[in-house]
Amino acid sequence: MDPAWILGALIIIPLVGGLACWGSEYVNPHLPRWIGLTTMTIVLALGLYLWFTGDFSFTILGPDHRWGLELDVPWIPRFGISFHLGLDGLSLLLTVLSGFIGIVSVACSWSEMHRKVGFYYMNLMWNFAGIIGVFLAIDLFLFFFFWELMLVPMFFLIALWGHDEPGQARTYAAMKFFIYTQASGLLMFVAILALVFIHHRATGVFTFDYNKLLGTPMSATAAMLIMLGFFGAFMVKLPTMPFHVWLPDAHGQAPTAGSVILAGLMLKTAAYGLIRFCVSMFPEAAAHFAPIAMWLGVAGILWGAAMSFSQHNMKRLVAYMSVSHMGFIMMGVFAGTAIALQGVMITMLSHGVSSSALFIITGQIYERMHTRDFRQMSGLWTRMPGLPPVALFFAMASLGLPGMGNFVGEFLILLGTLKVSVPIAVVASLGLITAICYSLIYMQRAYYGPAPDKRRFPGLNRREIATMASLIAVLLWLGIHPNNFLHTSAATMTAVSQNYAHAQEGTTFNGVASR
Amino acid sequence: MNPVTFTTNDWIALLPIMVTSATAVAVMLAIAIRRSHRWNAGVCIVGLVLALISCIFAVQVAPQQVTPLLLIDSFSLFFGVAVIAAGLVTAMLLYQYIEGYKGEREEIYLLVALATLGGLVLVSATSFVTFFVGMEITALSMWGMIGYPHRDRRALEASIKYMVLSAVAAAFILFGMALVYAQTGTLSFNQLAHGIVSGQFAGDNLLLVGGAMLIVGIGFEISFVPFHLWVPDVYEGAPAPIGGYLATASKFAMFAVLLRYFVESQAYDSKVLIDILSVIAFLSIVFGNILALMQDNIKRLLGYSAVAQYGYTLVAFVATGAFAVESVSFYLVTYMITTIGAFGVVTILSSPLREGGDADQLYDYRGLFWRHPILASILTAMFMSLAGVPMTALFIGKLYIFAASIERQLWILVGAVVFGSAVGLFYYLRAVIPMFQRQRWNQPFKAPKRWPIQAGGIAVIVLAVLMFWFGLYPTPFIDTIKASGLHAPTVSTVALSHIPLR
Repeated sequence: MDPAWILGALIIIPLVGGLACWGSEYVNPHLPRWIGLTTMTIVLALGLYLWFTGDFSFTILGPDHRWGLELDVPWIPRFGISFHLGLDGLSLLLTVLSGFIGIVSVACSWSEMHRKVGFYYMNLMWNFAGIIGVFLAIDLFLFFFFWELMLVPMFFLIALWGHDEPGQARTYAAMKFFIYTQASGLLMFVAILALVFIHHRATGVFTFDYNKLLGTPMSATAAMLIMLGFFGAFMVKLPTMPFHVWLPDAHGQAPTAGSVILAGLMLKTAAYGLIRFCVSMFPEAAAHFAPIAMWLGVAGILWGAAMSFSQHNMKRLVAYMSVSHMGFIMMGVFAGTAIALQGVMITMLSHGVSSSALFIITGQIYERMHTRDFRQMSGLWTRMPGLPPVALFFAMASLGLPGMGNFVGEFLILLGTLKVSVPIAVVASLGLITAICYSLIYMQRAYYGPAPDKRRFPGLNRREIATMASLIAVLLWLGIHPNNFLHTSAATMTAVSQNYAHAQEGTTFNGVASR
Repeated sequence: MNPVTFTTNDWIALLPIMVTSATAVAVMLAIAIRRSHRWNAGVCIVGLVLALISCIFAVQVAPQQVTPLLLIDSFSLFFGVAVIAAGLVTAMLLYQYIEGYKGEREEIYLLVALATLGGLVLVSATSFVTFFVGMEITALSMWGMIGYPHRDRRALEASIKYMVLSAVAAAFILFGMALVYAQTGTLSFNQLAHGIVSGQFAGDNLLLVGGAMLIVGIGFEISFVPFHLWVPDVYEGAPAPIGGYLATASKFAMFAVLLRYFVESQAYDSKVLIDILSVIAFLSIVFGNILALMQDNIKRLLGYSAVAQYGYTLVAFVATGAFAVESVSFYLVTYMITTIGAFGVVTILSSPLREGGDADQLYDYRGLFWRHPILASILTAMFMSLAGVPMTALFIGKLYIFAASIERQLWILVGAVVFGSAVGLFYYLRAVIPMFQRQRWNQPFKAPKRWPIQAGGIAVIVLAVLMFWFGLYPTPFIDTIKASGLHAPTVSTVALSHIPLR
């Protein structure tokens, strides 16, 4: 069979698995979990198979341009839309991450969910189908299709299985999430269509194909407006400073697995979009816009850290941490050097792992103590065996301790940014200090200090230990030997940065560069 | 004028209209022979199915100008099929619903057949005469259907309000027609076009005022903002299955006639009229969506949503580009499938009709997913389609609307559609969430156990399948629409070659 069909299978398997989860609940209430686990294991296995057998020295932007794997089936020929999937190093690594996070999120909701389990796992699976679709689609309409598709299951995850906090309904958080991301998605849709019509006017052909739309001739203003349309959608989803407000609410109310997917994968779809579309398709416009975008990133780093520091709710603290880390990604993408982009790649992966772990820890604490409020949980180190050291590990990871992936990623991003703009890199490196502040306060408030009462809590069970051990292992792998990952994404990132470097030469921004 | 002679082809082209008329007569006779709900409803449903089948024969002879009044072409047949299908689905939904009505149940099928007939005449109209006749047949039977459970005060109120609305609309349209006639001396769309193209009426203000009055009248009929004021009350009071028909067939037949009038009489060339329509579209989208925001009544919500959705359609309409007619056709039909589907689920839950009215409050739907997973999934899918979420038919519809408007660079209207879609999400989601929440301890509304094999259930399931089909693989449907397109030059020349100009 043509290996390209594996790409289709990566999307179809979770869709079918999701339906099976729903149906199987009526047979046996425990069945959906196992079906979910099997489904995500197959997805991860397929991803790893592609990784080990595939050749990722190609990319669409470079001189020898082609995809590692490509699947192209006509869908709506009236508009030149096809079911077109493509794989390169960037999308492969994110797909593998999706499979991994998939298994983790099934595992972490194993004992959290008792209600309507089948429908819950169906939403989980469909969410993964949408996310993997986003990473693989190289038809712009198909990309938008999956972009919107992944919102609906997430909406249900938050609205139906979320937590109501005092004064904060989960439906409110779910709607806020949905409306923010959908409205910004529509902006992107308008931008996509504008691009398609400009291409149509130039060539007489209707197409949504990424390869064909690359390098569509257009005026600088049009390119800028269209780039901003894309940027708007990704900025909200990433999220970047002024539009991050949906994230803490969504995280605060979401069930654990929802938070894991949200932080571990959904935010990465935006980072992926920035690299794949904003910077690659509109290098000139992106280069002109880069100073604003990078300063927005820096603002996100610092603002996220400051907000994180002042939270009482453990989940919201971790959520604001994500805002801070995503600032690095925004900055790195628009710096656009190969080193910075490779740093973005590693940050995406390691933030995916470490933030998922922190959310899972929050969930585990909640399962034991039924609270997320720091004011009720000090002194956990002595009261809850096993869990606090794990938490310490991931807190250290997010403050950027060498040896873990986050350090490698942020270091590379700063290094890459320094070549483009010294002031931005300098201000951004303050983020390393603020990261220490919020990571340590996280440890201090929850795990150290006096215990308010004598209650003791059960330690980690085998399933939880296995989950945590695998997360730790991946994070160490990313930190100690990142070359496995860097090699895979090298071709894509180099091509993107070369493409972008031409554009950067034309902008005044480069004047600040210190070479 | 020559006496009208009918050829065989004329008769074949008229088959759908004649079969539908015959259905109305047959239902009347059937009631006279024996008053039995099952038998009378059966006559109506079989008649409408026959009318659908007769369209296959009519397609073979299309385009066919039958008298100067009716043009049976692929365009009118496309919308004709949709109108008949809407009537058929309405009749099927009515069957279980009206079972619970304490009075005479059978006459409503007569009204359904008549409303369908009116719609058919409208979509084939090429003259103001047939336009007005079709409109009035539809409106008269709609009053009857809306107020059919006449012991229910809300239904009665709705009926009277609808009557006033359509009377006002008729007044405007008649006056507009009179002005146009006074100036041009013709009632036929294409003779009008002939005059306009030849520059005979260039810079004529009376013609323009007439056109504007026509738009106001049609605005009342389709209930665009600012002519929407009583519309939600009408939806709220109307029985649920009739609400579905009211929101779709009765309005899109008007839309079809508007489209034909604009294309054939070259009114598209009038910048003023297009500007008026653009403003109406903008207002409908913005206010329709905002007014729907806080509705707790699902029928009112769908009513306001209809205002907004027809606003979207109007955006494609004023775009006039390569996609305009195609977009309008696609959007109207997918909207019809979606909306009748949504009203269909409401109908099934409210069947049989009872004293307390329909299941129309949002809290009536609490926990529906855990009682009736399939019905709730269908209703969710319909709402998601109205919101334009992927995998549903109206997602492709939205693609069309955006494509048509971006092609013509109507950026303000594009902005309005984006705004409307974002706001729309809120209230559609607001309607969806309760279905998945915990059940209330007492639930007055339950669908019968055997609903999937009852007439209404079958209709709803078919609509849901169609909705997903058009959302996931719309290509065959798009090809059909393209084949039945209304292209200004071809239609005009065909029509003109058939009628000698006075």
